[in-house]
Amino acid sequence: MAIGWYLVVSALIFCIGAAGVLTRRNPLVILLCLELMLNAANLALIAFSRMWGHEDGQVFALIVMVVAACEVTIGLGLIVAIYRRQLPIDVDELSELQG
Amino acid sequence: MAPTTFAWLILLCPLVGTLVIAFGFRRLPGRSAGWIGTLAITLAFGFSIATLIAMLGHSPMHRTFTSKLWSYDFTVSVDAQLSILVDPLSVFMVLVVSGVSMLIHLYSVSYMTADRGYSRYFAYLNYFVFSMLLLVLAGNFVVLIIGWAFVGAASYLLISFWYRRTTATSAGLKAFVINAVGDVGLVLATFILFKHTGTVDFLKTFARAPLVFPHDSTTLVIACLLLGVGAFAKSAQVPLHTWLPDAMEGPTPVSALIHAATMVTAGVYLIVRMHSLFEQAPTAADVTAIGGGLTVLIAASIALVVVDLKRVIAYSTMSQIGYMIMGASVGAYSAALFHLMTHAFFKALLFMAAGSVIGAMAGSQSLDRMSGFRRALPFTFICFLVGGLALSGMPPFSGWLSKDDIIDFLDHRGGGFVILGVLAYVAAFMTGLYTFRMIFRVFFGAPCEEAGELEHGHLAHADVPRNPATGEEEDVDIGFPGPGHYIAEREMPMKLAMSMLAILAVIGGALQIPGVDHALTAFLSPVFATSTLAHNEPSNRADWIGLAIGAAVALTAVAVAYRIWIAAPSTAPQLRERFAAVYTFLINKWYFDELIDLLIVRPALWFGRMAETVLERVVVGEGITGGAVGLVRAGSAAVRRAQSGFLRYYAGLMVVGLFGVALYFLISSS
Amino acid sequence: MTAVLFFIAAIGALGGAIGVVTLRNPFYSVLALVIHLVMLAALFLLLRAEFVAAAQVIVYAGAVMVLYVFVVAYVGDVEELAGGSALRILGPLMALALAIVLCIAMLGSGLKGIKGKGAPYVLGFGTPRNIGTLLLTKYLFPFELASILLLVAAVGAVMLARRRRGLEPDEEIERRISVPRPAYTGTMAEAAGEPGGLIAPPRGREPQTVGSAPATPYEGGW
Repeated sequence: MAIGWYLVVSALIFCIGAAGVLTRRNPLVILLCLELMLNAANLALIAFSRMWGHEDGQVFALIVMVVAACEVTIGLGLIVAIYRRQLPIDVDELSELQG
Repeated sequence: MAPTTFAWLILLCPLVGTLVIAFGFRRLPGRSAGWIGTLAITLAFGFSIATLIAMLGHSPMHRTFTSKLWSYDFTVSVDAQLSILVDPLSVFMVLVVSGVSMLIHLYSVSYMTADRGYSRYFAYLNYFVFSMLLLVLAGNFVVLIIGWAFVGAASYLLISFWYRRTTATSAGLKAFVINAVGDVGLVLATFILFKHTGTVDFLKTFARAPLVFPHDSTTLVIACLLLGVGAFAKSAQVPLHTWLPDAMEGPTPVSALIHAATMVTAGVYLIVRMHSLFEQAPTAADVTAIGGGLTVLIAASIALVVVDLKRVIAYSTMSQIGYMIMGASVGAYSAALFHLMTHAFFKALLFMAAGSVIGAMAGSQSLDRMSGFRRALPFTFICFLVGGLALSGMPPFSGWLSKDDIIDFLDHRGGGFVILGVLAYVAAFMTGLYTFRMIFRVFFGAPCEEAGELEHGHLAHADVPRNPATGEEEDVDIGFPGPGHYIAEREMPMKLAMSMLAILAVIGGALQIPGVDHALTAFLSPVFATSTLAHNEPSNRADWIGLAIGAAVALTAVAVAYRIWIAAPSTAPQLRERFAAVYTFLINKWYFDELIDLLIVRPALWFGRMAETVLERVVVGEGITGGAVGLVRAGSAAVRRAQSGFLRYYAGLMVVGLFGVALYFLISSS
Repeated sequence: MTAVLFFIAAIGALGGAIGVVTLRNPFYSVLALVIHLVMLAALFLLLRAEFVAAAQVIVYAGAVMVLYVFVVAYVGDVEELAGGSALRILGPLMALALAIVLCIAMLGSGLKGIKGKGAPYVLGFGTPRNIGTLLLTKYLFPFELASILLLVAAVGAVMLARRRRGLEPDEEIERRISVPRPAYTGTMAEAAGEPGGLIAPPRGREPQTVGSAPATPYEGGW
């Protein structure tokens, strides 16, 4: 398959993820959509790495995975903390960090 | 050795003295700080004599030497160097300064003994001598200004030496501020001269000035007037004179050294050094001459009524320096310097004797409380008398010959200067009057309490130490001024110093007896070789007529003083009542302090208050900073509304942004 | 053959993605994501990235998603309320616009590289050996930084989610930070207040005579 196909798939997944971030109200699901976007980027990286024949893209993708894992950790920690304080798990309600 | 080498050594001695005393004062035992200081100045005096001898070894027209240690900077072609100029004028000044300083150091060794600030005193005094020597040896304007500023600083330090007294500290501040006005004048004059001649070196400036400035050009007149401002501030001439009487808050040897013999003569030295510039700008010279003349009269009139012993002598100094400034402005350079030398002798002597009397009075300085010390303080009486006779211009003392030298020159110049000459004679009469007022009041009449005690061999001590100016009680535990009171009769160093000065005051005039010798004029002639005014000297006959008039004036003054205070003592209070208005005017020092307060101090304070309340609080505080803050707040309030706190809006904004960027790249690349 | 596999994997990935976004129950969203991840791993394999595909399945789908499952179980299935906001319609629209722009960018431009199938295959491309060599030589620094990042994240997560005892009531915190200093106190007090009065030098030169009787006959005279 031409590399272009993979890139198109990556773009589509990215945009689906973006739509999800904008549409959902549950922070957990928003984090999941964020993961989607990261994965889309990973796919693009791997595709380019195959195109050039170097593994540098793959190493990059690995590090991106590490970053995604860290981000998920912190994000879920935040959600647990929010839940513990009996605040609603809804991004539209959690809007005090403003002004 | 070359004269310049000795000159550098002259400068080195007091500097080393200061540093040794300043850094080692904790380890110096007892009174050794005083002896070290005195030794340093004695060495400096020795080197001055060596410089003189080395200089005399050269022919008269080749006696100008310069020497440079290093260059400061060459930016903007300013040729500022650490250089000294050794010519007859500077050697003369160095001899006078170091000689009189040496004797005053000797006097101070015993006068300041019980004072806790003893080492500090000698460190300051040595520093002062170093600065003064630097000033007179300076070879360019930059070093002159440095010496000038140092001298001002030393004066401040020494006036407020007993810094626990508020009167002393405010006097020191007053002196410093007025001196700063003079410094500004001096620096501005340097700027103007440098701008036109392109050099700060003295010899080069004097050579180029005739080429650059037309005769009596406005620029040169302004520059010389600014130099005159500097000279007037340093030499306490009207209207920048108000600091000198207050400066008597310092210890008496300080008054003797700084405010009689050396620092206040720096203004005279300045005008004499810049004589070629002043001769090219006669307008400025006339202004300084008139200023000097006014001071002579005003100061003498105030001295007639003042009650504090030291302040009488201070006003007397002001008056005599007025004579010198008059002389230096009209071309009587060697006469002015001659009077400078003799004045240094007898004025320092008068101050020293006054210090002895004040010691006998246990610190009180008021003439109202002193009388009849003749039997109790015989040596001091003789010294005071010698100094007073020299000051009044009684033959054959030195003051007679030097003062009349100046007045003769004034008369000889003719024109308007004769008026100044007449005023000078009037002031000479007043000089004799106030001098002998002092002498008759302090030493004649019935002995006062302290004198009576002293005649029985017991030196009085005050039960409660008081500030001599205000009478307020002082705290003795501080340690200064010290509890000791010293009189010349009991202290050998004081006696020695005073005797030397007395001898000099008597015989010092022998240098310039008209018709017999003119040693000083001859010695200084190379410096004034190109002067247009200096050679126009009065004939011997005119000189002797002037001297006769001067002697007559002095004798009359002494006679009148005798009549008022000894022969018919009730005359004095009667005269005071009859001329009450005049008396009030004089005792308020011609209201100069009040005038300066009204014209300068109050507007400055008003401006300061206005600046604080209006400028600082309103304009800067609320206007500029407040305005900037308000602007930022308003801007951020506007931007803050975009921060709604909704996560999805932020994400939406990001997606829109990304879309925009992608679109841009897409369009720009196609 | 590869084309068939590609299409299956691609459609699976896209389906999983759409599932994540649209399913109501967060638990089902998590499961949809797992499917998506596995399909993506297949795509990676098609691109000859063996190690990355394995890491994807083991780490991502295996560890991170399990973490997600735990949290979803703890937090509970929160049924989302149907709330109306402009973003519900604008969101997908914006994403669609973005997709169109990206696709035009990729397919419409003259990029030659993506028309081909990639560089010729070198034996050992994408193997753990090659990736490992790269990680330990050329990309050692990012590797180490990534480890530090993981440490930071772990510590942060523990800090965030721990149970705190004796939490200060909000009123106390507020009181401590919201009381402003009165104006002109502190160092400005000395600046704005009276400095103890200006030292006014005593006027007049005549010193007060102490004692009632005149000390000398000259007193009061001239």
